Amino acid sequence: MNKLKKYASTRSGRDTLLSFGIVIVAFIVVQTLVLTGSLSSSMKGLLVPICSYIIMAVSLNLTVGILGELSLGHAGFMSVGAFAGIVVTTSLADTVPSGTVRLILAIIVGAICAAIAGVIVGVPVLRLKGDYLAIVTLAFGEIIKNIINVLYVGKDASGLHFSILEQKFELAEGGKMIINGPMGVSGVSKLSSFTAGFVLILITLFIILNLINSRAGRAIMSVRDNKIAADSIGISTTHYKLMAFVISAAFAGMAGALYAMNYSTITAAKFDFNTSILILVFVVLGGLGNIWGSIIAATLLTLLPELLRAVNTYRMLIYAILLIAMMLFNNSSLKQRLLEKRGMKQMRKLEQQEKGGA
Amino acid sequence: MKKSLSMLLAGMMLVGTLAGCGGNTASTDNAGSEDGSTASGAAFKIGGTSPLTGDAAIYGNAVKRGAEIAAEEINAKGGVQIELKFEDDENNTEKAVNAYNTLKDWGMQLSLGSVTSKPCEAISTDLNADRIFALTPSASSVATTEGKDNVFQMCFADPNQGTASAEYIADQKLGTKIAIIWKNDDVYSTGIHDKFVAEAEVKGLEIVSDTTFTDASATDFSVQLNDAKDKGADLVFLPMYYTPASLILTQANAMGYAPKFFGVDGMDGILTVENFDKSLAEGVMLLTPFNADATDDKTVAFVTKYKELYGEVPNQFAADAYDCVYAYAQALEAAEVTPDMSAEELCTAMIEQFTSMTFNGLTGENMTWDTTGAVSKSPKGMVIENGAYVGM
Repeated sequence: MNKLKKYASTRSGRDTLLSFGIVIVAFIVVQTLVLTGSLSSSMKGLLVPICSYIIMAVSLNLTVGILGELSLGHAGFMSVGAFAGIVVTTSLADTVPSGTVRLILAIIVGAICAAIAGVIVGVPVLRLKGDYLAIVTLAFGEIIKNIINVLYVGKDASGLHFSILEQKFELAEGGKMIINGPMGVSGVSKLSSFTAGFVLILITLFIILNLINSRAGRAIMSVRDNKIAADSIGISTTHYKLMAFVISAAFAGMAGALYAMNYSTITAAKFDFNTSILILVFVVLGGLGNIWGSIIAATLLTLLPELLRAVNTYRMLIYAILLIAMMLFNNSSLKQRLLEKRGMKQMRKLEQQEKGGA
Repeated sequence: MKKSLSMLLAGMMLVGTLAGCGGNTASTDNAGSEDGSTASGAAFKIGGTSPLTGDAAIYGNAVKRGAEIAAEEINAKGGVQIELKFEDDENNTEKAVNAYNTLKDWGMQLSLGSVTSKPCEAISTDLNADRIFALTPSASSVATTEGKDNVFQMCFADPNQGTASAEYIADQKLGTKIAIIWKNDDVYSTGIHDKFVAEAEVKGLEIVSDTTFTDASATDFSVQLNDAKDKGADLVFLPMYYTPASLILTQANAMGYAPKFFGVDGMDGILTVENFDKSLAEGVMLLTPFNADATDDKTVAFVTKYKELYGEVPNQFAADAYDCVYAYAQALEAAEVTPDMSAEELCTAMIEQFTSMTFNGLTGENMTWDTTGAVSKSPKGMVIENGAYVGM
């Protein structure tokens, strides 16, 4: 118990405990509500999207907050993971009857595909200094959207068929189109569940928080704070930049697979620039480098438009005003004063502890 | 100091808007409860998701208005009572599912599906799983109804439009060398294009030019038009909505290319585009089930009422939605069901009714539905003459 207290008194320890605490408490509360039947169906329908947005926000925070590089195409990685996952679950529908196993496979394949895409984007760009990553990821998101828009994937007895631009293959009897160009994917069996989302969030938090608090994580932050200083003490900056970026992409792929399996139909147009920006907004509002902040911001901003349905026409207006108000609060002296007060309290507590210990 | 001041101002603004909206919602809530109390338990709850905001808002609002006019008329008659509710889906699959779930919480018994194709596909799986009957006014893709016994369409399915257009062009001998310009990142356009090409081959129509555009390149059509012109196409088929179509007409005129233009139901509404020179649309042909200039009593009454309330001529979407609500009223009456029945019981009764009944509406006479949920009605060929749609 004392160990835990000591751990909680460090900054990183407090953040870790807070992140896990929020997620686990939220899970228990929601599960109780579901079991007692007091959760409305609109809230139930939001659970899985919220889980995927949390993973998206936490993973983007690794790139933007910890690595300090701006990425404007995070939805592109989500898209890669989503469509890779759909191809996996649909093509394994006959051989692997268990939905859970298929979902896990889809998430793993989604993560691998997104990581490969991350390497392709990252290797040339992360060697450069400046805002190039933002520009290239912006283009990447659009490219992925357009590629998937002209991608045809079908499956029949003889295996998978791929073609680009138009459907150049004929499917044998009993064959099925998986990705049908601009029409996207239809008739996906819904495999995602809130529990799956919860487990995935825990895995994400575990890996990313451990990474941040490890030697590699400190190296990544040193690159963010001062690249020249990091170089001078022998840290391979490109290596660590790439590491953070690819891990971030892989988690986005996982989130994409989870998200896609929650809907019966999905198109590439969903993962556009707007979605990338939405996730960036989660990260910025939650605070750069603040993992539990991302979790709360993602949840709040996904819930908000639904809660505002009551005010109908003014919904988006109020949503925008709330965003502005939150941004202002984040930068206001009011918040600073609150934080200072909290810091003082903690100092006093520590002092008292030390006195008690002595 | 400045920051706290700006915070204060933002806060005040927020409170102001919230108060304003609060008043607004209170009044609509009152209206709702009044309806509810007069018909407490006696009204069927029909819900639909539609893009009330965003780039497809024209269609979403048209559907909402059309349906509301119909519901008002039906309620005024006595007999079957209907309570309507629309939720915004922004033409986005994720939001559509959210909107659908919100409607379910409201207690929706019958659904109007969704206005646009992809959102409707997304919710139709849920509709099927929850056993709530749906009749969508305008979601025309095949996947909407495929494999779902309780989802029906009021509009033509996309492939039917493509086939019907090719048949119409061949039978009426409107052209021999055909050019197609279509939007290849859109379900609607792709669906019609594919079936059109297949049917054109059967009918012996020669397709000389087949060019595409996407959402991002929907502003400049010179490449596509030049291709069609160079290959000597005498008819250009435009399976798309009217916004890009109006640009194509303008640009074709600027380059002095004047083939025949042939559109589908998405072309309906081209005469209401702002800053569009209507004379350019002269002679444009389109296949649509609804004609706002028709002189039958039903259409005249609907168009007059719509104009009175909203100051514009209703398009096909509004008419489809109007028909949907009337079709529901007819089916509910015939099935002798009561509003206190569960959605599942109503679903069974409605499937039985819709597969057996014949319906006369604004968008067609003697409409019938088969078990797949597709409607059977005859498309009307229209041509634009002197700034108005005229039947061919």
